[in-house]
Amino acid sequence: MPERVDFWGIPESWGAPALFVYSIMFLSAAILILRFYLRARIWVKIGRNDFKFNKLFSRSVNAIKYGIIQIKVLSQRYPGVMHITIAWSFLVFFIGTGLATIDSHFYKILVGTPYLIHKLVMDIFIIVFFFGAGLAVYRRYFQKPERLTLSTGFSLSLILLILIVFGGLVTESLRLAVEKPAWAWWSPVGWILAQLWIALGASNSALINWHLAIWSFHLLIVAITISTLPVGTLLHILTGPIHIFFTDPDKKPGALSPIPENSSNEPIYTSSLNNLSSIQLLSADACTECGRCQDVCPAYAAGSQLNPKKLILNIRDAIFSANKVDGKSLSDHRALIGDWIPEQMLWACTSCMACIQECPVLVNHVGAIVDMRRYLVIEGKMETELQNTLENFGRYGNSFGQSDRMRARWSQNASQKIKDARRDPVEYLWFVGDYASYNPTLTEITLKTAEVFASLGLDFGILFDSERNSGNDVRRIGEEGLFEMLKEKNILSLSKTTCKKIITTDPHTYNTFKNEYSLGNKFQVMHYTELLDQLISIGKLKFSKKLNLKVTYHDPCYLGRYNHVYSAPRRIIQATGCELVEMPRHAERAFCCGAGGGQIWMSTIIMNERPSEIRIREASSLDGVSEFIVACPKDITMFRDAVKTTGFEDKIQVKDLIELVQEAI
Amino acid sequence: MKIAVILKLVPDLVEELSINPDGSSLDTTWMRMIINEFDDHALEQAILLKEKYSGSVTVISPEFDGVDDVLFTASAKGADQIIKMTGDFSNSNNHALAKAITPFIKEIQPDLILTGVQANNDLDGSLGPCLAACLEMPFAGYISGINVEDKSILVRKEYPGGVISELSIFLPCVIGIQAAETPPRYVAVSKVRQVMKTSKIDEKPISEMDQNGGVKVIRMFQPEASSHAEMINGTPEEVAERLITVFNQIGIIK
Amino acid sequence: MSQDIYVLVEHFQGRLSEISSTLLAAGRQLAEIHNSSLIAILLGSNSQNLFKEIPADKVIYADNPLLNEFNQDAYQQVLSEIIKLKLPFLLLFGNTTIGSDLAGFLSVKLNMDLASSCSHFTIEGNIVSQICGGKIMVESNSTATTTLITMVPGRYKLQTLKTDCSPEVEIFTPTNINELRIKTIKILEPESSDVDISKEPILISIGRGIQTKENIELADNLAKALGGVVCASRPVIDQGWLPTSRLVGKSGKHVKPKLYFAIGISGAPEHVEAITNSETIIAINTDPKAPIFDIANYGTEIDLFDLIDILVEKVEGIKTK
Repeated sequence: MPERVDFWGIPESWGAPALFVYSIMFLSAAILILRFYLRARIWVKIGRNDFKFNKLFSRSVNAIKYGIIQIKVLSQRYPGVMHITIAWSFLVFFIGTGLATIDSHFYKILVGTPYLIHKLVMDIFIIVFFFGAGLAVYRRYFQKPERLTLSTGFSLSLILLILIVFGGLVTESLRLAVEKPAWAWWSPVGWILAQLWIALGASNSALINWHLAIWSFHLLIVAITISTLPVGTLLHILTGPIHIFFTDPDKKPGALSPIPENSSNEPIYTSSLNNLSSIQLLSADACTECGRCQDVCPAYAAGSQLNPKKLILNIRDAIFSANKVDGKSLSDHRALIGDWIPEQMLWACTSCMACIQECPVLVNHVGAIVDMRRYLVIEGKMETELQNTLENFGRYGNSFGQSDRMRARWSQNASQKIKDARRDPVEYLWFVGDYASYNPTLTEITLKTAEVFASLGLDFGILFDSERNSGNDVRRIGEEGLFEMLKEKNILSLSKTTCKKIITTDPHTYNTFKNEYSLGNKFQVMHYTELLDQLISIGKLKFSKKLNLKVTYHDPCYLGRYNHVYSAPRRIIQATGCELVEMPRHAERAFCCGAGGGQIWMSTIIMNERPSEIRIREASSLDGVSEFIVACPKDITMFRDAVKTTGFEDKIQVKDLIELVQEAI
Repeated sequence: MKIAVILKLVPDLVEELSINPDGSSLDTTWMRMIINEFDDHALEQAILLKEKYSGSVTVISPEFDGVDDVLFTASAKGADQIIKMTGDFSNSNNHALAKAITPFIKEIQPDLILTGVQANNDLDGSLGPCLAACLEMPFAGYISGINVEDKSILVRKEYPGGVISELSIFLPCVIGIQAAETPPRYVAVSKVRQVMKTSKIDEKPISEMDQNGGVKVIRMFQPEASSHAEMINGTPEEVAERLITVFNQIGIIK
Repeated sequence: MSQDIYVLVEHFQGRLSEISSTLLAAGRQLAEIHNSSLIAILLGSNSQNLFKEIPADKVIYADNPLLNEFNQDAYQQVLSEIIKLKLPFLLLFGNTTIGSDLAGFLSVKLNMDLASSCSHFTIEGNIVSQICGGKIMVESNSTATTTLITMVPGRYKLQTLKTDCSPEVEIFTPTNINELRIKTIKILEPESSDVDISKEPILISIGRGIQTKENIELADNLAKALGGVVCASRPVIDQGWLPTSRLVGKSGKHVKPKLYFAIGISGAPEHVEAITNSETIIAINTDPKAPIFDIANYGTEIDLFDLIDILVEKVEGIKTK
């Protein structure tokens, strides 16, 4: 009857092996727990405690989804498979060892078929593990992608894991070589290795000695791995799922938190480590250093000072260094903002959220950046152009510094008179936005939009000079008070109308109206592509021509990644008879044009090549594509410029989706 | 050291200005009033001096629509006391303003009085020199740098051609600021809103306005240009072509 | 009552300042309107050499070491005496770093009317001032015995620089000058290492419309292509994007190039007064109402960001042919 034998081959002469083994294991576990506690304590000691234990069910589901099943890790094939194989193998080994422990002391479950299945599964996962380890070795030491740092810490961890599995395999094979049980093939890998020992003609006593040695070695390695886990690269095994657990399951990724307040209701600005929240400090410890964020960051690709991975790891280093100096408080003499994190690093962010999208452990880079920007803003530490822009927003409600009375001047050239939503009841309120209203090169598109709306028989109106900038970017710059002011004014204007549906041609406006204005059920907010898509599906929008152009579509960050509107614009493109060729980075991997986060109003950020230029190069590499379609006014501005500076004017033309629609109607 | 700053609101030139039907005053219906840019610099210079040499800054402004915001912003930047002179300033001129401010200055007894070197709606000279005469203090205008000595200040006065004259002036004195040493700082909206809850504006009513010193306005009008540029329209290509022709004509390129 | 026109001539380091030309020319015209004399007031120390440059009927000259360079305290004391004694009908000052420091002060001290920023006079002798960045003109007059006026340059200028005038000279000795509360420590000349834009024939000038320091490259390219030099108006210099030696304006340099190419400059009076001697002015500004278009020879509303690159290309294209 196949069954598991406790401590096979381990002599009693050392005292009861069980005592020995469990002492070592408990000791290692104790060290792990102590070390982890000392680390975890810092999050609460240094940071503002914001750990919440509500919504336990959703939190646990997320921890399992992202932390154990690791669906975000799988979003990239090679590293995904690589990590899953290693992680799940160890999960299986852990469960297997757990079952063995239960079998030893509580209930003999590993008897008969369950035992054989146990053996088989463990062995299969040895293969799985080595496959993954092989992928890891190749990737880290031969392929050497830029985003992965080659550190001794990582190498040590990998070596330890390999040694553990190898040790376990060898131990098993040595025992099988001695026992040669009838069910040996249920441990296929071990049994194959055992053949080697058998072929070498080693005596049973030699094999048993080796078994003892390797088994002890295996035990030692496991003990070392467990006790060093909290101070090595494997810490993320704990901090990753824990961070995922504490991340608010109801908060949309990329959403900004309000400014935290202290007990006297005064705002707290992130000037030093102890203003960061415990969850933020935890996220720095949860970072697996995978570098996916770095790979997708447009600011990094442009050669600016921002590297999202470095940002988070600098926070981690700051925590570590602070802890060393004096367990409870803040820095050594180095300031969080300025020394650990240069101001330029903070200002270079475009708030595109690609980092958040890719991060497997749900680190919120943009959140930390905005928190620190809020401090810089309150201190007035920003470049002059940005300061002027904020002053313009405050005084004139637009970034151009032009009178609010000039906002709707473009409408004087419209073919049909545009209704005033403040006076006439209309079905749709078209919130036009700053760029579409004031920028002279964009008003052409604004007029086309009005024409299209009119030809579709839409009953729409605009707010004329009661419109103010929506404040989306103001919030990302960190001027929360100014955002509140703009929001108040806009909501007041909105409340004076009778319509319930807001259309916008600006994804930034769309994002903040939908998610940050708390409009609730009073208003339905739509991007114009959603509306047109709807109209196409119910047959109200029909195209008379097939454009037969080969085009590519650039997903605006605030429409795509932030609000998941990917297919509506694509359906419209296809309905106009165009052939859509996707850029390698599209949908949730779309590469930001670089205008967001206030960038379009900053000029002192040093970079090698603008994100918009990088993107145009990406588009121009597509065979036969002549049009670059966008659905955001800032995109038009950035990309039209980039086409000129990269010299691709004869190859590719930048158009707004509405222009295709207008041509095809 | 005690510093007083006089802030005035002036018409915002971003808006289109129009003249009343009576033809002798500005139409205020659509006029936006903003802080005089040079007064903003004067305030910044005062705050910089306070930060460098310690002391206090008192800001005085005549009552006008929107002045509360300006005063609270000054307080958020670091002004210790903000005073609003209440009364009817709609038809005032700088002479009247200077005479109205004088008693308050005498009350405060500052060591240094800063104000902008000019304002875009000055018609009877700028405020600084008038105020200096009322207070019988020395005056220096077009100043872009101040250092404080024991009982005097060292200032940099701008002359044409980039020439600077360094002057030593006994305190107390009145200074007309051309530019602060660094541009006016940014104050976050939330800071101003917070200050609105904690600070108070001292309201000081003025006695009658004495307009003497200004001249009588007969009419206001928008300038008819004696000439106007020949405007070139078209696409950037076309405009560039035309400019090349002009360059050729005047002999800049051959 | 005599209707004599008085003018405070300004001088610096032994030469009459440019504004004096405006004041004397305006003063002469006023004297003709009022059928009276033009009298110049000159305060200085050993400045007799300036007499021959002053085309006035009379020069009242006060000579005192304390008046060697402009000193508001000294000048206001001496002028107070002169004005109280002579009771001029009109006294013209420059709207300058000298004149503005004095006019308002004396107006209050001596209880006399003051009109500032005067650009010209009407045929009847009314004062026309420009305010609000030159967007509004104000016509005014005064019936007082003495009226003080500060003038901005532009409309009036002496036709030719005179060096052979022989005005009547009256030496004025102030009775008392109190201990001065202002002292000149030193005069700082601007850095001479940089180019002198007042001598350059081709100037590419940038204003607020250039928006960012980066964009100055556009102007640099055009300057290089045309063989010119980049200069700027006050907002650009205040930002520190270009050294003060490149400032064109009231506190900067007055220029007289063959071509003044103004990019993104609105045309505020303080700037315009420094470029009126340019042979050809071309202005680029998206605001059709910008005052610069009133003095420019050619103008366009095209966005500079769309135009400059193409223009540079074309110029370079011609050069390589």
